[in-house]
Amino acid sequence: MKSKKVWKFFFLVPVILYVTLLIALPLLYILFISFLKSDYYGGMISSFTIQNYIDVFDQVYVSVFLKSIAIAGITTLICILISYPFVLAISHKKPRTQKILMTLVMVPFLTNSLIRMYGWLVLLRKSGVINQVLLGIGVIEEPLSLMYNTFGILVGMVYTLLPFMILPLYSSISTVDNRLLEAASDLGASKFKTFFKIIVPQTLPGLFNGSLMVFTPALGYFFITDILGGGKFMILGNLIKNQFLTARNWPFGAAISIVLVLVTCVFIFLYRKLGGKMDDLGGAS
Amino acid sequence: MKKIMENLYLVLVFLFLFLPIAVLILFSFNTSKLNIVFQGFTFHWYFDLFQNRTLLEALFHTLIVAGVSTVISVIVGTISAYGLHKYSFKGKNLINGLLYIPVVIPEIVLGIALLSVYTLLELELGLFTLILAHICFCIPFVIISVRSVLEGMDPHIEEVASDLGASKFQIFTKIVIPMLMPGILSGAQLALTLSLDDVVISYFTAGPGANTLPLQVYSMIKTGITPDVNALITIMLGIVFIILTISTVVQLRRFKKESSV
Repeated sequence: MKSKKVWKFFFLVPVILYVTLLIALPLLYILFISFLKSDYYGGMISSFTIQNYIDVFDQVYVSVFLKSIAIAGITTLICILISYPFVLAISHKKPRTQKILMTLVMVPFLTNSLIRMYGWLVLLRKSGVINQVLLGIGVIEEPLSLMYNTFGILVGMVYTLLPFMILPLYSSISTVDNRLLEAASDLGASKFKTFFKIIVPQTLPGLFNGSLMVFTPALGYFFITDILGGGKFMILGNLIKNQFLTARNWPFGAAISIVLVLVTCVFIFLYRKLGGKMDDLGGAS
Repeated sequence: MKKIMENLYLVLVFLFLFLPIAVLILFSFNTSKLNIVFQGFTFHWYFDLFQNRTLLEALFHTLIVAGVSTVISVIVGTISAYGLHKYSFKGKNLINGLLYIPVVIPEIVLGIALLSVYTLLELELGLFTLILAHICFCIPFVIISVRSVLEGMDPHIEEVASDLGASKFQIFTKIVIPMLMPGILSGAQLALTLSLDDVVISYFTAGPGANTLPLQVYSMIKTGITPDVNALITIMLGIVFIILTISTVVQLRRFKKESSV
């Protein structure tokens, strides 16, 4: 009887310690910080205030919020548009080919995402490979501005996050019953109609899963705006990073983070409402 | 016709996915010091690399962090997945819910939250804090991955083993772990990939003494990157690609076996 307790202890103590010390404690601590006041020297004064949350709604910061949401939203939309035809094309292949192609989708991940952004910098800059090639074959006469603007940021975001859309969409499209598709075409439904009436509703959990895994990181990837936006563009990630490392106003940075967590919670709530499973997020199962 | 269009589309998307990596590899063999035009073929930068201590150190840190955090995450994750599957206790739902936090919240929030706690506890930023942070975001992925195998496991097998006199330790090491292997391996692959790919959380938790490859590249982008960095990236990619190929071949074999049954 006693040894049973020891085993239970052995199997549960690590996860309880992990969740308390590395998840709950850090998050509760920034929640706590977000109600403190910052002094002028980068320290914090322990008096309770909600001023940080009021400051979040300052016009300057609201515009950063809106711009981030716009960039993350457009990124998500482009990823959806690229991924649907992609996973449909893959699902028409033989099972073995499918497995190989889906592994290939993961291969770029093995090079760190920041390093791949550097690859895009080499491609996109004024003297970059793309401009050189286009100038060389005479398509353009002046080099194009492909980065240090919204275009560059979107290329970086879509590139980095595309696999997070492809993976869940692929796993949900493989559950679509082929007989349904055949029935639809036998009954004379157009390709267009079949897609919107059958494929999209059946892959909705995968679609929403992918959107969640693209949208939320896109709000925070400060290094993409830094490298391909040239530091002129600020998204929430840059704002939080600046508050913690440059302006050293931790309470305000913490308050923005908490708002960001709340925004994420709303999306997760919607995902669950749509029948999505938590274990499907992140592509681990 | 439809098939050609489909294949063309697949090629285009894969081109998009591999283009930036291909460019970096190409320029690692370029005689020109600037990553602009390909002038001629050379191995020069690979020799340079072995004299660049900062870069080698960054590579070393990257591999150490990825290796150690993967191993620890896999051990803790497997034990935890089993524990959470097997036992019920007060607050289990809360623990299960909190486990999803590193999966779903924006990485930057986890990064600054860990940084804040490290500062609170007066932990000096370095390899230790970096590894701890990587373990923090890897464990949930291992748990989810192992759990998906656990749910399909027949609980009677353990009962039979116990009736036949196997100790709890024997059951776990001789029966449970081998059966969970597919989940453990895919969890390990995921943890390794996530650790190698991470920028945001490392940025806040590494500190000056523990530069990893991406952080090194980040700081060099403003001053200009030399092709020995490209050489290093190429070598790293080669190593990881070999590991992935082996694991994929193993998985394909199993896949073939399963579909032939």
